[in-house]
This record gives sequence, C-alpha cells and structure tokens, in this order.
Amino acid sequence: MKWLPTLLRALAFWLLAAFLVTPRSFAPLFSGLAQGTAPAIYDRASLLMLAAQHLALVFVATVAAGVLAIALAILVTRRFGTELLPFARSVVNIGQTFPPVAVLALAVPATGFGVVPTFLALFLYAMLPIFENTLTGLTNLPRDVQEAARGVGMTGWQRLFSVELPLCLPLILAGVRVAAVISLSTATIGSTVAAPTLGEVIIAGLQSNNLAFVLQGALVVAVMAILIHDALFALERHLAVRGTS
Amino acid sequence: MATTAASATKQPALHIDKPGLLVAGLALVALVFLPFATFRANRIVPGDAVALWNAVPHSLAIVATLVIAVVAALSLVRSHPLPRLAIGAGILAFLFVLIGLSGTHLTPEGDRLARVSPASGFWLLVFAFGLLVTDALSRLAAGPLIRLLLLAGFYLLLGGGLTIGLWDDLSLMKEYANRAASFWNEGRSHLLLAVGSVAAAILTGVPIGIFCHRAPSLRGAVLNVLNTIQTIPSMAMFALLIAPLGWVAANVPGASALGIRGIGAAPAFLALYLYSLLPVVANTIAGLAGVAPDVREAARGTGMTSLQRLMKIEFPLALPTILTGVRIVLVQNIGLVTIAALIGGGGFGVFVFQGLGQMAADLVLLGALPTVLLAFSAAVILDVLIELASPPPSGGSAR
Repeated sequence: MKWLPTLLRALAFWLLAAFLVTPRSFAPLFSGLAQGTAPAIYDRASLLMLAAQHLALVFVATVAAGVLAIALAILVTRRFGTELLPFARSVVNIGQTFPPVAVLALAVPATGFGVVPTFLALFLYAMLPIFENTLTGLTNLPRDVQEAARGVGMTGWQRLFSVELPLCLPLILAGVRVAAVISLSTATIGSTVAAPTLGEVIIAGLQSNNLAFVLQGALVVAVMAILIHDALFALERHLAVRGTS
Repeated sequence: MATTAASATKQPALHIDKPGLLVAGLALVALVFLPFATFRANRIVPGDAVALWNAVPHSLAIVATLVIAVVAALSLVRSHPLPRLAIGAGILAFLFVLIGLSGTHLTPEGDRLARVSPASGFWLLVFAFGLLVTDALSRLAAGPLIRLLLLAGFYLLLGGGLTIGLWDDLSLMKEYANRAASFWNEGRSHLLLAVGSVAAAILTGVPIGIFCHRAPSLRGAVLNVLNTIQTIPSMAMFALLIAPLGWVAANVPGASALGIRGIGAAPAFLALYLYSLLPVVANTIAGLAGVAPDVREAARGTGMTSLQRLMKIEFPLALPTILTGVRIVLVQNIGLVTIAALIGGGGFGVFVFQGLGQMAADLVLLGALPTVLLAFSAAVILDVLIELASPPPSGGSAR
C-alpha cells in the first residue's frame, strides 16, 4: 500500500498538466455543469498562462519573504539584536491574527488594484512562518554542537553558515512549505483585487453562475496546492534524514 | 523571561533602546512626510492629502506635533516597560481623538457629502506606537489576564468614543450609518459561522483525536487526510463544496428545508468545519500523548477504569494543548469567514468585497477592522482560557 499515495500524486500531476495544456479536451466532463450555451471551459484567458502567473507570484513572494525573514531571524539571535528578540516574537504573534483578506483589501487604497497589493499581502504572510521557524531553529540549537564549533576556533560567521543554519535547514524548509501553501491560497483571493491568478476562474464562475468554471478553477488550485505541499514535504524529509545520518 | 533578565544586565554605554529606535523612526517619517488625513468633496472623487498641520486647528496641531515628538523621543531612551506601556497607550488614545477631531475640522459646516478618512501618516503613527505598546507588554512578560484587562479597557474607550460620536464625521462612520442594521446582521452571521464551525470541530474532533490516540494504526491515515484538506486554498474549498451541496439540496428530501443550498452559509460552514478539524484532532492527539507514563500508571494503580482515567486524568492534562489548537482554528476561521462572503455566506466580508467593487476604501475598512478586532480578541480570550486550564506550577510545559 506504500505505493498508493505516490501513484495518486503522479496521476493527479499528469491530469493537471493535461488539463492545463489542452483544457478543451476535458469539455465533456464539465459541460453538464454549464447552463444553456455557457462555455464549459474558461475561455477569457489561457488556463496555462493563469497557472504560470499564479505560481510565479507565489514563488517570487515566498523567496523574497524567505530571504528577509531568515536575515531578520539571524539578526535578532546575534548579540546585537538580543534586545529585539521578545519584541520580534510578539510582533509575529500579533501579525498572525490579521486575516489575509483584510491585508489584501487594505493594501488596495495605497497601491491600486492588481498584482502589487497581492504581492504585498503574500510577502507579509510568507514572512511570518519562515521567521518563526528560523527563530525556533536558531534558539534551540544543541548546546554541545555550539560549544564544539566554538572549540575548534570558528568565528561567529563561520559558525552561523557552516553549523547553525545547516542544522536549522529542515525547520526553515518547513516554514517555507507553510508559507508557500498560505501564499497559494492568498494569491487565489488576489483575483478579487484583479491580480491575474487562477482565482479569476472561480470568481468568473460565481459571477456568471457557471458551476463548470467554479469547479475547474477550484480543482486546479486545490491539486496544485496539494502537489506543491507534498513535494516540499518530501524534500524536507529527505534533508532531515541526510542531516541525521 | 530569561531574555529580559539577560538584556537588563548588559547595559551598553549609549542608553538607546533598539525597539524604541524603530518606533521613533517610524513616527518621525509619519509626522514629517506623510499626510494625516484625506479629504474628498464626495464619496467618489479622488482625495486630497491633508498634513496634520491643516487637519486640525493650528493651535491643536502644534500641541499634537509636540506631544508626538516628545513621546517618540521618550521611547528612544531606555526605561522601565511600565511607563512605556502607559505613554504608548496614552498616545494611541490621543491619536484616535485627534483623527476624530480632524473629521469635524475638515468637514465644512452643513456639508453632508464631504468625506474625511485617516491617511497613511495616521496609520503609520498608530502602527509605530502599537509597536511600543507591544514591546512594553512583552518586556513586562504580561500574563494573559493583564492582556484581557487591557483589551477590556480598549473596548470601554472604543464604546465611549462611539457613544459621544467622536468619529461621526469620518467617512468610516458615515458608511456605517448608511448600513447600521446590516452591519450587525453580518456581524452576527460572521460570529455564528466562525464559532459554530469551531464548536462542531471540537465536538467531533476531540473524540476523533481520542480514538486515534487509542488506535495508533489509524493515526497516520487520519492526520494525512486532514493535512491534505488543510492544504486546499480557502477559495477553492468554498468553491468545491458548492456543486455537492447543491446536489444534496436538490436530491435529498428535506435538505433544502434545513437551509442547505449550494451557495450561502451551508458550504461556508462545511468548509470552515473541515479546516478546523486538523488542529483540533492533532492537538488532542499531542495532548494525550504528552501525559507522562508514570501518571497514567499511577491512575491505573488506583483501580480507575479506562473511561475514568480518560475523563479525570488524561483529558484535563491534555486540555491546554487542545485549547491551543482551538485558539489556532478560531483565529483562522474568523479571518476565513471573510472569504465566505464571495459564495454568499455573509459576514463582514460582504462589506470588504462591496467596498472593493465600489472602490470605497472606507467600506472595505468597515468590513476589515471588525474582523481584525474579532480575531485579535479571540486570541486574547483563548490565551486566558489556556492559562486557566494549565496546571499552576511551571505552567505551559505541555506545549
């Protein structure tokens, strides 16, 4: 039974790829849900293009947030920043109680509609889990390892890059995985502020009462999120296993 | 607590407070470069930025600038967190009075169309001094009960301000006045959806968790399924449930009489419930697994039955961890209900999406601010419950 999840994922991946490349060949599956002469497959933009834009937005936001979040976590765990550590912790705690939609909608008056407010919301939300996990990793390092690194005469920077960060890598990656999943979700909502993402398909379906659009948009987004989550999780386990052996 | 003690002993030569430096920097930028309020001749036209100098009578503007500058300077100097908390809270209250007064000052006498809204400078000042309060609270290591008291104080001031009509000349309150009845209606459905779905998740998730604890072979499979559900983006989840629930409403006798429809509160409730299951089940399992084996042995030794052990020993010990899961889902669901408005589920999201559609920022605020407030209050209240459920000595070790 161990091969079953892998088989299901492979199947989901190929179905998703086939649907994005030739959506029209799936029209018979969805035509039952479209009423009257309404199209069964979203035709106002290319689904493949929307998926690519959706993923690009998530990727850029997660990477940018990751770089800044890791840098900030390093800063507050050095001697210079110890004073900022409890402060940073409580800011992150409060940040997590803010609903993503609120941030998205509140950014619009300042930035206008489109990709910019969506990117901003994605960026802010992706920072929180990555910062939190990096912080957890850096503050819970095994003491004997740190002592040993100091004992062999490593400088602060050497310890950071060749001992501390590699030890934290699985935790940091777990933060990136959480951030990516949240970003995929927030990017979908971003279409309510006119960002070109797959959420557009769902919104168009809701507005024109076309269940075929709603379902295909939702399925593509859901399958994409699950596959990305699982891929990152597999990578994380691979690194963790390599780290302990 | 260890960190505060350590930082107190290491006083650098220059007594500059680092979080205070951030607060003062942000406040200075807001004060010098950013507009305090926005004025619009009516709801639709683009607004004009108004600096603090012109947003209130000049004499008040001088006082306000001085007060803000002095507080910013004070936050730079290292001092005990208690006075920092007091001046932080005081300046926040002052800013909210100030923005109300600027609404009155900027609205021409008898003009019912003019709209005044807080601008970026106001929000950045609130953010900066909010950081000051947050920092003071974290340095005081203020417990959940103190935070609850402060929250109650905040609501008291908010209620007072609303009663005397302090903000009535702001665009936000004008939007509210136009839809006061529907505001409370949507507020009720927002709370009902968020709290109801969490309640349903507790009622079913805790037994599932107990069951998984007893049957470890099931644990992995159940958690995997729930994890996958949690991964599905919220909008997709709401959308995915429309077709099945529509089918149920059309084909199961009596379902539509119960209010089950493809669009509306039913798919919203179901989606929120499904999202809530993972944290509740996972934390129940973690809480039960965290009960020390010797405690379990001792209970068995006194001749307690398995059910007695569960109810009297294991469950109370696991309660703080379970409540931590409840806190996560409650805060998360209060935010997610906003998205349910897209599928007709109601809630404050209705105003957010109406506001986006009409390009009316203040209508967006009317939906977003109460949502943020609700989520924040839920977090504070649940923190108190977690504290009360934790064993008094060395509390919180179960987390």
